[in-house]
Amino acid sequence: MRIRSIYASFGRIMAKNQSASNTNVAPIRPKGPSQSSSNFRLPKAQLIKMHDLMVKSRVMEERLIRMYKQSQGYFWLGGPGEEAFQIPLGMQILKGQGLDHDYMHFHYRAGPTMITLGMDPMDAMRQMQNTATDPFSGGRNFVSHYSKREWNVVPVTSTIETQYLTAIGTGIAQKKHGGKGITIVTGGDAGTAEGDFASCLVWSTRPGMELPMLIIVTNNGWGISTDACTQHGEKHIADRGKAFGMKTMTINGLDVEESWFGLEEAMNYIRKERKPVLLEAKVSRLYGHSSATGANFVGNEVDPLVEFETKLEAEGILSRQDMDDLRERYTAEMLDMSKRVKEEPMPDPSTIYDHTFYGQKGKFF
Amino acid sequence: MAIMAQAIRMALHYGEENLGITNIFGEDVGPPLGGVFTATQGLKTTWNSPLDERGIVGAAMGLAFAGQRAVAEVQFSDYIYNTIDLLKLAGNQCWASAGDWNLPMTLMTPVGSGIRGSIYHSHSFDATATHIAGWKIVMPSNPLDAYGLMIACLKDPNPTMYLKPKALLRVRGTEQIPGEPPLTPEGEKQLKEMIDAPLGDRSKWKANWPKGLTDYTVEIGKGKIVREGDHVTVVSYGRTLLLCAQAADQLAQEGISVEVIDLRTLFPYDWEMISSSIKKTKRAIFVNEETEVTNFGEHLIRRTVEDLFYDLEARPRLVAGAFTPGVGLADSLEMASVPQLASILDAIREVSQERA
Repeated sequence: MRIRSIYASFGRIMAKNQSASNTNVAPIRPKGPSQSSSNFRLPKAQLIKMHDLMVKSRVMEERLIRMYKQSQGYFWLGGPGEEAFQIPLGMQILKGQGLDHDYMHFHYRAGPTMITLGMDPMDAMRQMQNTATDPFSGGRNFVSHYSKREWNVVPVTSTIETQYLTAIGTGIAQKKHGGKGITIVTGGDAGTAEGDFASCLVWSTRPGMELPMLIIVTNNGWGISTDACTQHGEKHIADRGKAFGMKTMTINGLDVEESWFGLEEAMNYIRKERKPVLLEAKVSRLYGHSSATGANFVGNEVDPLVEFETKLEAEGILSRQDMDDLRERYTAEMLDMSKRVKEEPMPDPSTIYDHTFYGQKGKFF
Repeated sequence: MAIMAQAIRMALHYGEENLGITNIFGEDVGPPLGGVFTATQGLKTTWNSPLDERGIVGAAMGLAFAGQRAVAEVQFSDYIYNTIDLLKLAGNQCWASAGDWNLPMTLMTPVGSGIRGSIYHSHSFDATATHIAGWKIVMPSNPLDAYGLMIACLKDPNPTMYLKPKALLRVRGTEQIPGEPPLTPEGEKQLKEMIDAPLGDRSKWKANWPKGLTDYTVEIGKGKIVREGDHVTVVSYGRTLLLCAQAADQLAQEGISVEVIDLRTLFPYDWEMISSSIKKTKRAIFVNEETEVTNFGEHLIRRTVEDLFYDLEARPRLVAGAFTPGVGLADSLEMASVPQLASILDAIREVSQERA
C-alpha cells in the first residue's frame, strides 16, 4: 500500500502537538532570506533535498519491513514517522570521528538520520538479513542497531535508555576538550520512565560542569502497546529539565521546518554555550512498535511525509509526478539491493568468539 | 613497604603521568576524601560523581567511546548489582560492533568480607563478574601485584574490572614496588608522609609522589605459584589466598606439601598453570569467599573434571562462602559465613588424605 494514498487524518498525535509549544525558547525565526514561497521559510533546494531524504529513508524502512515479512530477517523496528525530525537532525550533525565532531547515542529508530548522514541503505538490509557483510554488527544484532566509529555513532542497544548514560561520558570528554563538537542522544518517551533518563539530567547539569549535550526525546505517545497518557502525568517530558535549570524545548517533530529551526537553535546554543538542551519532539509511529506488533501501517497517525508532500505540491515546489517518480526510483533501487543482499554470505559459525576482546580472533580460554 | 591502597594510588598516579589516564571518578573518589579506602588520594584527575552507580558506569563507557581512558569506582561491590545490564553492554560493545569499537576503561570496586561490613559491605562479586563476557577481571592479594595489575588494566584496550579485596587494602607488602621508598620502617613512614593525605584541612595538600615509579606490569591472565608443593593444589585469590598460603606453611610441618596458586586474573584465567599443577599433585581445591552456589570455583572444578579426570586421585573440592542472602554483622556470623583458616586446613587435610 502506497503511503501517499493514505492521507492520514490529524489523529491524537496532532492533537497533542497543537497543545505543545516551545517552553523555554524564543519563537523560531528563519535564518537568512528565503528563496521559496511565503509558506516555507527554508530555501527551495533544501526543501527538495529534505524531501528526497525523507522518501529514501521511508522506502528503505518499508523495504526492511518487506524483507522481514518475506523471512529475509527475523525482526524489524525502525523510524517511519520520524523523518521530518530526524532528517533536519542529520543535516545539522557535525559528522566525523573524534572529539571535534558530534557523538551520537541513538536509539533504534535512527534510520532516517543515518540515511541523512550518508548510510548506504544496503547496509541496513545487510543487518536485517544478519549477513557477514553487515558493517554494523557482522550479523550479530537486530536491524536498526547502527554502529559506525568513523562517524562517532556508538552502537545502538536494545536496552532502552542506557544511551542516556553513555552519552554522559562523551559529553564530559567534549566539555573538557572544548570546540564545537557536541553529544547527541535520542530516546523514546516511554523509556524516560527509566532512572537512566533522570541520571542524564543530573549529570548534564552539574554546577560548573554542564555538558554540551542535545538530549532528545522523540515522543510518539506509545510504549509498545501502552498509551503514554495512562502512564505519564507530566504535560511535557521536556518540562522535567526545568527543575535542573536547563534549556528545554518541545517541538512538532512532524513538521520539517519546525524541526529544522528548533534543532538549529538548540545546536547553536549547545555548541556555543557548552550546556545541555532537553528537546522533546512529537512524532508519529507509523508501523507500530516493531515486527513484534505486526509492523503494519497505522492509519490514524499523522504521516509527516504526506504532510510535507501536500505542502510542496501546493507551493509548486514539486509536482505529484516528480514525487511519484522519486518514490518509484527508490523503490526499484532498494528492491534490487535486497535481492543482492540475499546472495551475500552469512556469518561463519567459527567466528562466534571473535571480538570478545579488541583485535581477538577465535576461542581464547 | 606500601599498603595495597597506597600501591593502587601509586599505579593510578603512574597512569595519569604516563598512560593517558584522564578521569578517575566515583562517589567520594576525589578530594577531600580520596576514596573510602584512600586508594585515590592526591591524584590529579580525580573527581566526585553523583551518588549514581549506573551513571558512573555509563559515564566511564562514554569516556571510553570518546577515547578518554577512564577509571571509575563503585564504592562497594554490593552496590554494583544495579549496573548489571551496563556491565553486559560494556562487555559486548566490541563484539556487537564486530570489532569496530573498543572500550578502554577500568572499573574498580572493593569486594568481600573482613571489615565487619554487614549485609551491604561484605559481598563478593567474582561469580557474577566472571559470568559477564568481554571483561578482563583481576584481583590482587598483595601490594606489588596490586600495582602491577592496575598498570596492566590501564594499558588494556578492553573493559577491565579491578576487584579490590577490602580486607587486604591495609596489608603491607613484603616485596618492593619499583620506585617506592625502601622496605624499612623509615621507608614506610616516608611514603606515608609523601602520599597520604593529612587529617583535617586538606585543601592545600598535594601528594609528593615517589620519582622512580615504573611501568611494572603483572600480565593479565598469568597466575603465580606462591607455595610450591607436591601433594595437593590449592587455587585461590584475594583475601583467601593469604589464608591458603598460611595453611600451606602450617601443613608443611605435618608433612603435607601444598602448592598454592594465586590466580590474580579471574578472567581470562591461567588454565595452563592450574592444569600443570593439578597434573603434578593430582589433587585440587579451589578456595574463595563468594557464595558456594554457581561459584566461579565451580567452573574451575568442572573444567578440572572434564580435562583432568584421569589425572585425579581425589575428588576436587570447593571451599567457599555460605549460600546466605548476606554476611551477618556479628563476628561469629561473619566468621561462619566465609572461609577461615580452619576450614581451609580441614579441606586440604581431607583431600590430601583421601585414598585414590
